[in-house]
Amino acid sequence: MLDTLSHNTIGKQDAIAFKLADQDFCISIGCVREIRGWAPTTVLPHAPEYVRGVINLRGSVVTVVDLSARLGFGTSEPTERHVVIIAMHEGRVVGLLADLVSDIVTISDDNIQPVPDIASDPAREFISGMITFEDGRILRKIDLERLLPTSPSMPS
Amino acid sequence: MSIRILAVDDSSTIRGLVSRALKQAGFEVYLACDGVEGVGTLPDADPHLIITDINMPKMDGFGLIESVRASAEYRSVPILVLTTESGTELKARARKCGATGWIVKPFEDDRLIAVIDKVLGR
Amino acid sequence: MSDMDEFLEMFFAECDELLEGVATGLRQMDSSEYEKETVHAVFRAVHSVKGGAAAFGLSDLVSFAHKFETVLDLVRSDALDPDPRLMAVLHRSSDCLADLVEAARKSIDPDHARREELLGELEKLIGVKDENENDDDVEFEPISIDLMSFDAPEVPESYRIFFEPNADLYRSGNDPVAIIRALDKLGETDITIDTARVPVLSEWDDSTPVLGWTVLLRTTASTAAIEDVFEFVEDCCKLEITALVAEQGDEGDGTAQTSSEDFPTVDVTAQQVQETTDDQAETVSTKAAFSPLAPTSANAGSEGRAVKSSETSSSATIRVSLDRVDKLMNMIGELVIKEAMLSQVIQTAGFAEDPEVKGGLESLRQLAGDIQESVMAIRAQPLKQVFQRMHRILREAAEATGKQVRLVTSGEQTEVDKTMIERLIDPLTHMIRNSVDHGLEDAITRKRNGKPQEGTVTLSAAHKSGRVQIEVSDNGCGINRARVRQIAEEKGLIAPGATLSPAEIDSLLFLPGFSSKSEVSALSGRGVGLDVVRREIMALGGRVMISSSEGKGTTFTITLPLTLAVLEGMLIQLNNQTMVLPITAVQETLRPEQSSLHGIGRSGRTLSNRDELIPIIDLGCIFGFREKPSASDEGVLIVVETDGHKRAAFQVDAIFDQRQVVIKSLEENYGRVPGVSAATILGDGKIALIIDPEEIVLSSHSDQGPEQMALTANG
Repeated sequence: MLDTLSHNTIGKQDAIAFKLADQDFCISIGCVREIRGWAPTTVLPHAPEYVRGVINLRGSVVTVVDLSARLGFGTSEPTERHVVIIAMHEGRVVGLLADLVSDIVTISDDNIQPVPDIASDPAREFISGMITFEDGRILRKIDLERLLPTSPSMPS
Repeated sequence: MSIRILAVDDSSTIRGLVSRALKQAGFEVYLACDGVEGVGTLPDADPHLIITDINMPKMDGFGLIESVRASAEYRSVPILVLTTESGTELKARARKCGATGWIVKPFEDDRLIAVIDKVLGR
Repeated sequence: MSDMDEFLEMFFAECDELLEGVATGLRQMDSSEYEKETVHAVFRAVHSVKGGAAAFGLSDLVSFAHKFETVLDLVRSDALDPDPRLMAVLHRSSDCLADLVEAARKSIDPDHARREELLGELEKLIGVKDENENDDDVEFEPISIDLMSFDAPEVPESYRIFFEPNADLYRSGNDPVAIIRALDKLGETDITIDTARVPVLSEWDDSTPVLGWTVLLRTTASTAAIEDVFEFVEDCCKLEITALVAEQGDEGDGTAQTSSEDFPTVDVTAQQVQETTDDQAETVSTKAAFSPLAPTSANAGSEGRAVKSSETSSSATIRVSLDRVDKLMNMIGELVIKEAMLSQVIQTAGFAEDPEVKGGLESLRQLAGDIQESVMAIRAQPLKQVFQRMHRILREAAEATGKQVRLVTSGEQTEVDKTMIERLIDPLTHMIRNSVDHGLEDAITRKRNGKPQEGTVTLSAAHKSGRVQIEVSDNGCGINRARVRQIAEEKGLIAPGATLSPAEIDSLLFLPGFSSKSEVSALSGRGVGLDVVRREIMALGGRVMISSSEGKGTTFTITLPLTLAVLEGMLIQLNNQTMVLPITAVQETLRPEQSSLHGIGRSGRTLSNRDELIPIIDLGCIFGFREKPSASDEGVLIVVETDGHKRAAFQVDAIFDQRQVVIKSLEENYGRVPGVSAATILGDGKIALIIDPEEIVLSSHSDQGPEQMALTANG
């Protein structure tokens, strides 16, 4: 909560940007706790494809979600270049497996546009807005809440 | 020298609320959770004022007031009765025992302090 | 505001204790031999709930508690007789009060209909006896008499106040000095003391105060504000407040002189007032010292000491928030893990056999164990509070089914981990309802079968060989095994005509999907079966067993570990994943001879061991790590036994250690994984999943093999 506040001024917010399959995405910095290098996970039996497994984060069991798989780009083959973004949403901690983090960007609310109506692409479901930059770059803002595995024993 | 107040109530919530209000107003606060403990705390607290609940186990508020009024050292210490009841019957009984005044729960902090100031002549 | 929240939290915590007191007291009142103090205690508890609730403006709670308290007061004063009918209302009121507290705690809307209904019943009981009805309604309006908020005239007005205390004023601890100071605070004062009645010394009678004051007050405060100064003394003094018409801009002085003509006056300073009243107070107390009411000082002294000692004993306990204890427990978990890591590093470095290192490690391990035990003791709490709640559950269940039931509890003082206490509520609730709903017969059937019409549900707890055992039993009809079998066959849970022992049939009740439509009733149905109970108990590291005797009753036995924090586990390997199998389920481990392995059909395999055929389950397949089972002669077989005495042999790649592991919840951040009860952290910092052997064996029941398990997992 405090983090969110300290990074936000009115109408502006900071976000962490990263690449997935050559597309730029970002996630609000307010919910990011830390970024770690990739380390092998413990596989969870019968988990949905996008659940990479669990890791030990200072004594807590944290689920790692493969963003690439979740957004429909296919399962990642994690390398040393991959990172796990540790994010927290409503008390739940989750790790997001992503390609290298590229940047921290400041977004002003004016630049956020709604997601155009593209036919049922899996990614659309998890993107809450499109952020346009003057240099023509476009960031896709990820909605953490929709991304999290809701009821893991009944994968959607 | 700070003014010492002994607050006696069996409800920890009320004790907490009273204690907070009193401390904020700069009083030194002593707490007890029933009449017997209240009487026992007297030598320690040597209070300038006592605030007490009526309905308490072991010894109720009336008992406490009577004990205080019957003691040699504390007979003239003002005692305020803190009670949810506002009936005249209860006031009369409290007065008969020797209560100085009363405050009806729920109290507002300012009101509590105003009554205390009045009774202490501050 | 967080300050207030803290008090609110404190209030709710207090309510839990108070409500428990109410429930216990009312139960004591059910039997005709109860002590009067019990009613007083119940009254006080409800009263305290009311008082606290009023402080936080929880009006639903206040008004209900008030009515409840009024009825209790009538019982207390023998105006109402606590017959069973009245007691039923009181019990339900206690339940309703608990619900209202809960609703307030969660800031949700309470069940208004229920509240209204009970209020109606309480009012009926109060009847015409409560004449102060109107008083009561205003009684809880927050009183906010701000002294300054009286409509104050802007121009100062003058008042003459004549004030003559009688003995009661002094006796009640009121002080004329304080009163005069309070007047002084309102504006400018001119004080004269009336000494006319002070007698000559020979006629001195110290029982009658003789002083009076006339105060001339020039103030902008209203008459109400002036009267408020005398709020506590109006009944014990002579008081006249006269507004003086300040026609000619009269100064108070002139008026005072004219008005005080009747008696000689002396001008005094506040200092003098202090002195005179001190004298008077002194006289009063001297007199009181001879009063027969005064206790001997020895008496008062001993009372004081007695309290002192009880105070010391109560200050020996402290209230600590559960968070802190949890944190401590987590840190101890970390300590155990670090210790395992250290051992591993030392082993790798080749120092493990060094006697000093070995001794040091050993004492570290010992210490960690001791600390863990101490913290467990902090967290341990008697089951009493859970058991108490079951009285209500039973009462409601009995009401809903129209059966006559009595709950007998024993072993309430048995202590278990605090977290476990909370998580036992749901399973026990379900089991109690199940016992009333399905276990017990209705009164007519019972009578026909020569049983007492009132059924009994017994809830008991005890420590047994390092575990806690809780039993829920009823003296009802027992399990109808033919019916259970029929349902299981219809649902495809067992092969038609399969040979099952009575115990095996009973444990079918715990299978997921057993609870059928025909089983669902308004009460224990709701599509939730005993499988959920079993799963919840398993999640606590416990087991549930069932035993039944036809016509005599059914008993559920729950055994729980003393702590949720650690378990003794066997570390196994499956396709490069390390997993933990709780040692409690393991019977033996073996490398099978080819001759003891027998295939059944395409995929079924069994192990013949000690004249018994045990189905083999490949854990790699169960968890989806491999498509096909390993060849039977590869790896190791671990024979496990379920609570229902069902055996199976788990096939794994290797076994490499046995050790204590710290249990970490998987559900908190992920959710439930079929066949897995929790997770742990190994010496290398990696997470390993803890296997739930019971679930695996039961889900792959009889000859249906791994496919069935996978099916359940994805369902």
